[in-house]
Amino acid sequence: MTKAKRKRLIYNLITFALVIGAYFIIQNMIAEKTISRLLKGLLVPICAWIVMAVSLNLVIGFSGELSLGHAGFMCIGAYTGTIVSGWLLAAYDMQDTTLRLVLAIVSGGIVAGVFGALIGIPVLRLRGDYLAIVTLAFGEIIRNLVKWLYVGTKDGELCFSFLNKDMPKGVKMLVDGAQGTKEKIISTFPAGVILVLVTLLIVLNLVNSRAGRAIQATRDNRIAAESMGISVTKYKMMAFVTAAVLAGMAGALFGLNSTTVEPKQFSFNQSINVLVFVVLGGLGNVLGSVISAVFLTVLPEVLREFSDYRMLAYAVVLILVMIFTNNPLIRSFVDRLISPVRALFHRKKDTMPGGDLQ
Amino acid sequence: MTEAKRHRSDTKMVPVPSQSIVPERDVNELPVLETRHLGIEFGGLKAVDDFNLTIGKTEIAGLIGPNGAGKTTVFNLLTKVYEPTSGVVLINGKDMHGMSIVQASRQGIARTFQNIRLFDKMTVEENVRIGLHNKYKYDMFSGILRLPRYWIQEKRQHERSMELLDIFGMQDLADKQAGSLPYGAQRRLEIVRALATEPKLLLLDEPAAGMNPHETEELMENIAKIRDRFGIAILLIEHDMSLVMGVCEGICVLNFGRVIAKGTADEIQANPAVIEAYLGKRKEAEA
Repeated sequence: MTKAKRKRLIYNLITFALVIGAYFIIQNMIAEKTISRLLKGLLVPICAWIVMAVSLNLVIGFSGELSLGHAGFMCIGAYTGTIVSGWLLAAYDMQDTTLRLVLAIVSGGIVAGVFGALIGIPVLRLRGDYLAIVTLAFGEIIRNLVKWLYVGTKDGELCFSFLNKDMPKGVKMLVDGAQGTKEKIISTFPAGVILVLVTLLIVLNLVNSRAGRAIQATRDNRIAAESMGISVTKYKMMAFVTAAVLAGMAGALFGLNSTTVEPKQFSFNQSINVLVFVVLGGLGNVLGSVISAVFLTVLPEVLREFSDYRMLAYAVVLILVMIFTNNPLIRSFVDRLISPVRALFHRKKDTMPGGDLQ
Repeated sequence: MTEAKRHRSDTKMVPVPSQSIVPERDVNELPVLETRHLGIEFGGLKAVDDFNLTIGKTEIAGLIGPNGAGKTTVFNLLTKVYEPTSGVVLINGKDMHGMSIVQASRQGIARTFQNIRLFDKMTVEENVRIGLHNKYKYDMFSGILRLPRYWIQEKRQHERSMELLDIFGMQDLADKQAGSLPYGAQRRLEIVRALATEPKLLLLDEPAAGMNPHETEELMENIAKIRDRFGIAILLIEHDMSLVMGVCEGICVLNFGRVIAKGTADEIQANPAVIEAYLGKRKEAEA
């Protein structure tokens, strides 16, 4: 095995180990009842946001396209998941919540993927930042459309209506316009962790495969990639649709984690939040996305009293991160600041007998 | 050096029907590249005009000319970065009209770039593997699920890329980030990456730029070696006259988008039009 490969394998193993380790620690805390109620309520959303961040990283970090409507796919997933789950219960009297959840998540992913393909096919053929504009519009359109969507079940049949709440008597509402979705909570923390692991598996394996290399090549240099016979549109589509599917799955998980989810929860702000997770964690850094998604989901809840300033703090943090990572002047300044510390370590290393000098 | 020189002195250029010349050994073969009256206009400016060139199946040809003569534009026309406004390009007798860059690559054209275009953030080996993209295939799901096909094809890709890197003795650099390589090594890596696509025609855009005389000489030998080993045609743009004159069998001189001379190195060196447009001026400048 080559050095680069080993490094990557270790990185992937750390990512998985971290998630699995965190899962067992939290399960232990739940068993011993030492977990705070606040954190317990956040467990499933955290999983959903991790999936969102990792999937968006696939688009932004690996394929180099900017998508500003990731919450739109999540919205589609949440609504699809709710409808599918409600329909399965009404039509087939499926009491097994686990099976219902799995089917809801899968169908949420599929529907979101279809929408992703519909957007991607025309837009990803173009060069430039069109995807950002179109996905931004898409997110807003979806959010505004579902405001007028009414879905219910009656006698095991689905009833749809749009714009007007035109439902037969005795209907059980699943989606009630601007009031959002109505379903029992069936998402569980283990299901969330499994979804996170599946997402990590898909993204990390994809990135380290033939298709993933092609995706990164189109990001690094479009013309060179094309000259090597790589169809840029195909691989940008692959990244974008995969991300949409994962976002839809996260949406279904998220949507079935509360009795009601409103359309306004999937606003443009939410898409930007996910973007912040990705940028803070580092473009193309999956582990970073996981950590920043956890951190930035928990932080505002813990600092609830200051949450009015949350967006302000986000903005400041984003600007700072950009400055520190991209400005050579500041970077060299930081390097100089920490160089005494670094030198200390190097001297230590040099004096070590048989130490690895480099 | 000597090897490269020998190739040139062996060569006898003979005319073919399209008023071009190719090496004698390639006369009975279909020319790998043929352009007829190729031209492109940018807003009324004729960057390349009436460009006719035929390259034999295993020929090493040179495209020279002063700065701004339109050499790289010719490359961009051949690789379909630009769509020509007039004329045709035939690759192995096949009309390239309306093809995309990707389709051109699949027809067997590979190129390097004047301003190096490596995938900087990827390793050296990964860069070569991108070149092998269409040679060792497996689908996305085999990759995600790590099916047996993934392991087989990845192994083949690894072996093949090591084999290719060995041409320039770059195996040790396989794990290095491509962007971190020295300039000369980056140029060589671009050639390896282009070769990985198994081209029939390799276009080298100033392969020796930024190399020292020793490296240039080595490159010259390697270009001849590559042609012999892969049996392909090579068309190169170069300002280093020792390389062009040393390794190229047929040379085409371009000035202001038009061909002003074609022939062997000796003929080009003796051509008054070339001396006036290019070599003559250079000599004055050096004096």
